[in-house]
Formats: sequence, structure tokens, C-alpha cells
Amino acid sequence: MIDLSMPLIILTPLIGSLICFVTRRQWAVWIGLVTAALTTGLSIKLIWMLVTEGVQTYALGGWQAPLGIHLRADGLSAIHLFMTAVVGLAISVYAHGYFGAHHDDGEQRSAEMFWPIWLFLWGGLNALYLSNDLFNLYVLLEIVGLAGVGLLTLTGTRAVLIAGMRYLLAAMAGSLAYLLGVALLYAAHSTLDIELLGGLVQADRVAVAALTLMVMGLLLKTALFPLHFWLPPAHASSTAPVSAILSALVVKASFYLIVRLWFQVFGHVVTVEAGQLLGMLGAGAIVWGSIQALRQTRLKMLIAYSTVAQLGYLFFLFPVAAAFPTVNGGTMAPWLVEAGKGSIYHALSHAISKASIFLSAGILLHAAGSDHMDRMRGLADRLPITVFAMALAAVNLMGLPPSGGFIAKWLTAHAVIGAGQWWWAPVIVGGGLLTAGYMFAMLRPVFLPGDPHQPLRPVPRSMEFCALAMAVVSILIGIRAADLLDVLMIGQPFVAFGSGGGPL
Amino acid sequence: MTWDLNSWLPVLVVASSLVTGIFIFFLPDEKATARTIFNLSGALLKLVLVLYMGWGAYQGEVYEFRFSIVLGFDFLLRADLLSLLLVTLSSVLWFFTTIYAIGYLEGSPNRARFFGFFSLCVTASVGVAMAGNLITFFIFYEFLTLSTYPLVVHRGTEDSMEAGRTYLWYTMGGGAVLFVGVVWLHVIAGGIDFQSTGALRGLPESQHLALAIIFALLMIGLGVKAALVPLHGWLPVAMVAPAPVSALLHAVAVVKAGAFGIVRVVYDVFGIEFAAERGLLMPLTIMASITILYGSLRALTQDDLKRRLAFSTVSQVSYIALGVSILGQTATVGGLVHLVHQGLMKITLFFCAGLFAEVLHVKKISAMSGIGRRMPVTMAAFTIGAFGMIGVPPIAGFLSKWHLGLGALEGGQPWVIGVLLASTLMNAGYFLPILYKGWFGTPINAAILEDKPKREAPFALLMPAVVTAVLSLLAGLLAGSEISPLALAQAIAAKEYLP
Repeated sequence: MIDLSMPLIILTPLIGSLICFVTRRQWAVWIGLVTAALTTGLSIKLIWMLVTEGVQTYALGGWQAPLGIHLRADGLSAIHLFMTAVVGLAISVYAHGYFGAHHDDGEQRSAEMFWPIWLFLWGGLNALYLSNDLFNLYVLLEIVGLAGVGLLTLTGTRAVLIAGMRYLLAAMAGSLAYLLGVALLYAAHSTLDIELLGGLVQADRVAVAALTLMVMGLLLKTALFPLHFWLPPAHASSTAPVSAILSALVVKASFYLIVRLWFQVFGHVVTVEAGQLLGMLGAGAIVWGSIQALRQTRLKMLIAYSTVAQLGYLFFLFPVAAAFPTVNGGTMAPWLVEAGKGSIYHALSHAISKASIFLSAGILLHAAGSDHMDRMRGLADRLPITVFAMALAAVNLMGLPPSGGFIAKWLTAHAVIGAGQWWWAPVIVGGGLLTAGYMFAMLRPVFLPGDPHQPLRPVPRSMEFCALAMAVVSILIGIRAADLLDVLMIGQPFVAFGSGGGPL
Repeated sequence: MTWDLNSWLPVLVVASSLVTGIFIFFLPDEKATARTIFNLSGALLKLVLVLYMGWGAYQGEVYEFRFSIVLGFDFLLRADLLSLLLVTLSSVLWFFTTIYAIGYLEGSPNRARFFGFFSLCVTASVGVAMAGNLITFFIFYEFLTLSTYPLVVHRGTEDSMEAGRTYLWYTMGGGAVLFVGVVWLHVIAGGIDFQSTGALRGLPESQHLALAIIFALLMIGLGVKAALVPLHGWLPVAMVAPAPVSALLHAVAVVKAGAFGIVRVVYDVFGIEFAAERGLLMPLTIMASITILYGSLRALTQDDLKRRLAFSTVSQVSYIALGVSILGQTATVGGLVHLVHQGLMKITLFFCAGLFAEVLHVKKISAMSGIGRRMPVTMAAFTIGAFGMIGVPPIAGFLSKWHLGLGALEGGQPWVIGVLLASTLMNAGYFLPILYKGWFGTPINAAILEDKPKREAPFALLMPAVVTAVLSLLAGLLAGSEISPLALAQAIAAKEYLP
């Protein structure tokens, strides 16, 4: 019997989204929660199948490539599905409390539309991680981008509409560049299947042009410095669950696609210079994002700039990888694998801890009624669980042991030094210090003595526990890293398709 | 991973204070009795476990807990002789500091937070002691930074926040440098465990330059917490913390973590003979000597008692680094035994300083005239600690200096004797005036007027100071016995040299 886990993982949130859209609001919340739980369960089941049986494929309608399109899940997909499931479930439960507790007009309207759009986006993300066809991926990128803009602009305030318009234009431009690259590849090779293209693409001018266009487009969507201009206002002005969705999950989708393309389609095309360039942009992101974060006086802007900085860490994979071509028989490149693990693990731990921080920030903001940091004074005594969650997640972002962020930093530093590219090491550890700087700046006001009689709006306990759960998970993935990294390596995601790649 | 007691005992030793800490966080501030019970039973349990483990290790039992985090990256806790030295010191001093702190902080706000982090801090220093490889060591070293920061800023005043910021920048910067060193070493040598006589001898000649750079990185990273000049800037500033915290920071936790790390790296990673062959030790000897002299010099001019003691710590902790950096078993014994002796003596001094401040509000040395008449027991304890620091026999400190001096001669570096002598003179120069004033000075301070009756601190505060003073006396008097710190240090030193 054909296992339907893969199509179901995509269809469940989409169907849930439709039902939420047509039913009444009181029902939508519960349908949303049930859908979230189901989707999470299905994701875990699929990951379990990967662990026990290896790479999973599913031909849609029974048609095999190149005629039909098929879904494929390897370790890289699995980690991203895991990330989406864990963070998605926590955000869903949080959103239930959040929209239940807000009663003004804009919030009311956003509560109605949140569930259908969020589930739609979740389905899009799942499909993106399973899809193996460049054009499908384009469609899915658009779905995710548009749903993101939709979520962002839910409250309809002026600030949000401006940020939303910027976000929309950036997302559209990014997708368009990507689509041009896809067109070039299709014209040259008459197929859009990633696996088939991996064997066909050679280092010619078309391939270079396609690579440049696609990666540029995706970098814009990932908001890598200096293409990050749209991110801070968008992530800072939306409602708390939406900030968490955008910062933790949506930017990771386009990054995932860069990794996919870089290794499995353009393995023959990428050059050392291209890798170094991406590394430099990553270093720039860390420095610039951190400095900006240090200068913020509003809580959510600080956290948004922190995302700009943290995304930089993901890109040390490329300079290391480009120095070890895996094509031509797949030479042993342990540092490449180490860098890949570090980068993806950073994506995972950042997603979980940043979700926790944005969710906590949402609670503080809701309670204090403002996101100016000097209004947060003394909240540590009044909302200890939230502040504890925030501090724990901050430890993770700083890359201090024992957390997922530490494992990621260890792997990345190990890889760059091992590959002889020691010049990235000061950026990596210096970035950790800068992170500590702005994270302590974020936490400082809540520990300062405040007015104990300042009226606070009540906060549902479920929201606090969601933030705490994410923070605890971000520590746990540091302790159980070996298992997750084994999952990541299923199907050798860092080896080009069609390279005849020997065992890595 | 196996499931027998021998592999879980190290985990239990670490976890006994971790669990206590977490429980205490969730207790409301008012529940003082419950918190005291938790605190003391946690401290007592740890003490019993450590003694049991020490007894077992003495009989040749192996206690090791290994857990693979990622490929070639093990979390390893282990009880060897060296770790027993520090772990016993930590758990004994933690027990007494807990009693002291309970008395000291009675009725002040945010006690749950304080004692929670206090327990975490001890967890970290026990982890530092029991770490079986550099990575595990690093994990606890950083954990120590995080758990001590809230203690340093505990009072929440502008001053303490400022001090906390300095503390954080120094220690996190040091941690970052250490991280690079640890990672680089892992790249070159793989995941090596600590082992007596070192683990790097087999590496090819071509790596030796890299090893020298790594050694420098590790020493800088560790030197921050060990307060080697010029990386010591945080220590005098961190004096704003409450007295029990200063006592712990200076005696067992932070500075000891740094000094202990230096010991581990020199002996159990590089191997002292290998490090000496590569010429890595001389810079360390010089740095330690400078620190010893500079710390003593600065201590001479401080009027604030705690600040004087802080600079004294800067100086005294470097005796450990000095002993470690000189080739030869006698010097090794001197460095290792000072790890314990300095802890016992310095914690006594800080306990007493806290008592003077708490009972009579005396914080300046100039105000201490005649304090011995009002608080004779406290002053006596202080005197023992101070004489020990100067190196007066038969107090523990004498043994440290004796071995260091002898070791310097053996190691062919007679100039070190000059450093020791100069430092001893300065030790006397900054401690004797305090003692003279305290015992024989005419009271000028209204709080110490003669016609008032004697007034010592409550028992819970006084007892720990007396006990640690007696311990530092006993460590000197009974040095010949089998279980003295000296005997343990000699046993370790014998193992660290190639046959």
C-alpha cells in the first residue's frame, strides 16, 4: 500500500484552512488547533519513517518524473518539517490565548482571518520542503510570501500597511528573479526536476546566470544583509504570533531552497569566490544587525534586528562548502558536512528560540500595553515565567552551552577552522558577544525595579507556557543534538545529484 | 552509556545542587524555613556523595559518565585525583557558605532568586572540577559565568549593575577566546580526554606552531577568570556583590575555575614536560609573577577592606599558576596545594570582612581600630587567615610558599624566590597593619567604643568563619597525614610527570 503521509502533510493544513475560512469564528479556533495538532503528528510520523526506512518519495497521481512530479523527503526536509511542526504547534496554542485576550477592533478582525491564512501558510511550507520541482517551488514561494504579507497586514494599521507593502514588493521581486532563473534552466535542459537537473547542469554561462538570479532572489527573501531592509519593520509591527511565524519559519523557507539548489543542482557551477561572497555577506549581517539591535529602544525592533544578525550565521556554510567540491565522485569532505550541520542546526535553534522570544515579547507588550523598553521595568517580578523563558531563549541565541545554539556555533566554528578559513572564527565568536550585548539590553529593563502597582492586563497562562515550552525545547535540542543531526544526514543533502556521489 | 552507580555518581554529585537550585527558584520568598531545609540538605547530600566518591576513588574505583552529544564531542564527567581536590573543596566550602549566606541575607528581598543562582553557581564549579575533557570543562565554565552574573548584580543598584556589566564583558570575552582555542584544538587533535602527563605529545612537528597559538588562546581565556594581569579588571569591581558571594567567587568558584583550567591544560592536555619543551611555560611564569607583584602592590593602598582582599586574591591566585608553570614536582605540589589553601584562607577572610560590615558597619580599614575588643572571635579567625596568607607557619599558606620556593630552585628559576619574597613582604605590609589596628588600636569609631560589651555575630554567621579558620590551621598542622590536601597534591604531582 502506498503511504499517504507526504500528501497528507500538505493537504491537512490546506483543508483545515478552508474549513476555518468558511465556518464561524468560534469554531475556527478549535478547528485550527485540531489541524495544527494533526499536522504536527503527521510531520513526526514522516520523520519517523525517514529514520526507519530512509529517503521517502511519492509520485503525485502515480506519474514518475520527468513526466509527472513527485514529492521527496530527505534529512534536510525532515529537519525543516520538524522545525515547522514544533514551532507551528506552539504558535497555534499561543494564538488561541492571544486572540482570545485582545478585544479591540483591529485585533478582532485579525482573529477572524488569522487561522485560515496561517494554516494555508503552514501547508505551503510543508509542500515547499517536500517538493522536487523548480516551478512548483516557485508557486509555493509565492504562496508562502503572499500568506506572510496577509498575516502581517491583518490588523490594518498604518504602520503595518507600509511595512506590508515593502515586504510584498521585496517578496515579489525575489520570486521574479527566481522565476527567471527557472526559465533559463528549463530552456536549456527541458526539465524542472531537481534530481534530473543535478545530473544535467554544467558550469556554462546559462547555469551561472540561472544560479545568480535564483540565489539573488532567494537572498532577498531571506533578508540577508544588505537585502534586509524590509525585514525589521515587517517583523516588528505585526501581532506577536505573526512575528514569530515570519521570523522563525518564513525566512528559513527561502534559505532552505538556497541550500537545496546550491548543493543538489548547482554543485558543478558554484565557485570559491561565490562561496566567500556569501560568507562575507553573512559576516556583514552579523555585525550590522547586531549594531542596529543594540541601538533600538523598542523591544520588537530589537528582536527583529536580532533576526537580521542571526541569519548571517547560516551563510558560513557556503564558503566552506565551495572549498570542497563534492562532485566528481564525492571526495571526503568532513568539513563541508560539519559546516552543513552547523548551518542547518543554527536555522533550527534560531527558529525555536526566536519564536520563544517573540512570543514572550508579545506577552510583555500585551501586559504593559507598549513595546517601549522603559515601560517594561519590573516585569520580571510580575511575569516570572515569561521572563524566564525569554532569558533561556536568549542563552540559546548567545550560543552558550548547553543549548542548540551552542551546538550550532560549535559545529560552524569547528568547520571553518578545520577548513582553514580561520578568518570567519572572530566573526562567529564576536557575533556571540554582540548577541550577548543586545540580549542583556533586552532583559535589563524587566529586572530593574518598577512600579509594582502599574496596572497590567491579565495574561492567559497558556501563552506563558507556550513561550516557556519553546525555550525549554531550544535547550533540549542542545542535549539531544546527536539524534537530530543523524536525521539531517539521511539522503546526504550536501552532495550533488547525479554526481555519482560516493558515500560521504 | 551504562546504568551502574559508578557512572551515575558523578552526575548525582553535579545534579544535587542543580535540583536544589531549581526547586528554590519556585519557592516563594517568604518560605524561608522550607528554603533553608532545601539548601542545607542539598549541600549536605552533595558533601556525603563527594566523600563517598572520594573514598571509592581512593580505593581505586573508577567513576566516569560519558554521553555523546555530537560526533567526536563527548560530555564527560569523571572523578580523578585532581578533580577530587577541587570538588571536595567546593562542596565543603559550599556547605559552610550556605549557612553563612542564610544568616547574612535574612529578611532581605529576592532571596529565592539569590539562593537559586547560588546553587547553580556551585553546580557549575563542581562541573568544572569533574569535567573529563576540555569541551565539558568549557560548558561548565560558561555556565559559571551565567550563574554568577545574577549574584554579582543581586542588589540591583546602579553600582552593581555597572559592575555586573564589567564582569560580563570580561568573562564572556574570555569565554569567546577560550572557545576558539578549544575548537581549534579539537580540529587538530580530535576529542581528547584529560590524561595525566598530557595527550598532545604524539602530534607531528608541523602542528607545533598552531599548538603554541592554541596554548596562548587557552591561557588568555582562562586567565580572565583566574584574574591574571592585565585581565583582572573585573575582580575588584565585582566586590559590590554581597559578602557570601564575594567569599565564594574568590575562594572556590570563579577564580578557581580559571586557575583549575590552567592546571588542566598544562598537565592533562599538553603535559608539563611537552609544554616546557615547546617553551610555552616561561611566558606563563612571567605573567604569574607580574600578577603576584602587581596584586600585592595595589592591595597595599586600598582602604576598603573588601577591595584590599580582592587585590590580595589577584595576587594569591597566581601562586597557583606560578607553581603550575615551573617544571618539577615540588613546584607542582606547591601550586596544587595552594588551590585548596588559598580557598580556605580567603573564604575565612571574606567571611570575617562580611561580619565586620554586618555587625558594626565597618567597611574601611581605617575604621577598624580596636575592633578586636568588640569581636574577638571574628578577629581571631581573621588573624589566622591573614597570617596564613603571609605564610606564617604552621598555617596552610606556609606550606604553599615553601613548596613553591623549593620548586623554583629545583626548576632552575631562582629569581622566582625573589618574587615570592617581595610578595611576602607586601603581604605582611597590607595584612599586619589591619591586625595591629584591630587588636591594639584605640577605638575611634563610635560603633567600637570600649565601654560597650562584646558583640559577636549570630552563631550561623560566626560558625562558618571559625570553622574555615580552623580548617586552614589544620591543613597546615596535619599536612603529614594521608588525607591532607598536601598528600593529595603530592599524589597528583607524582602522576603528572613522565616516568
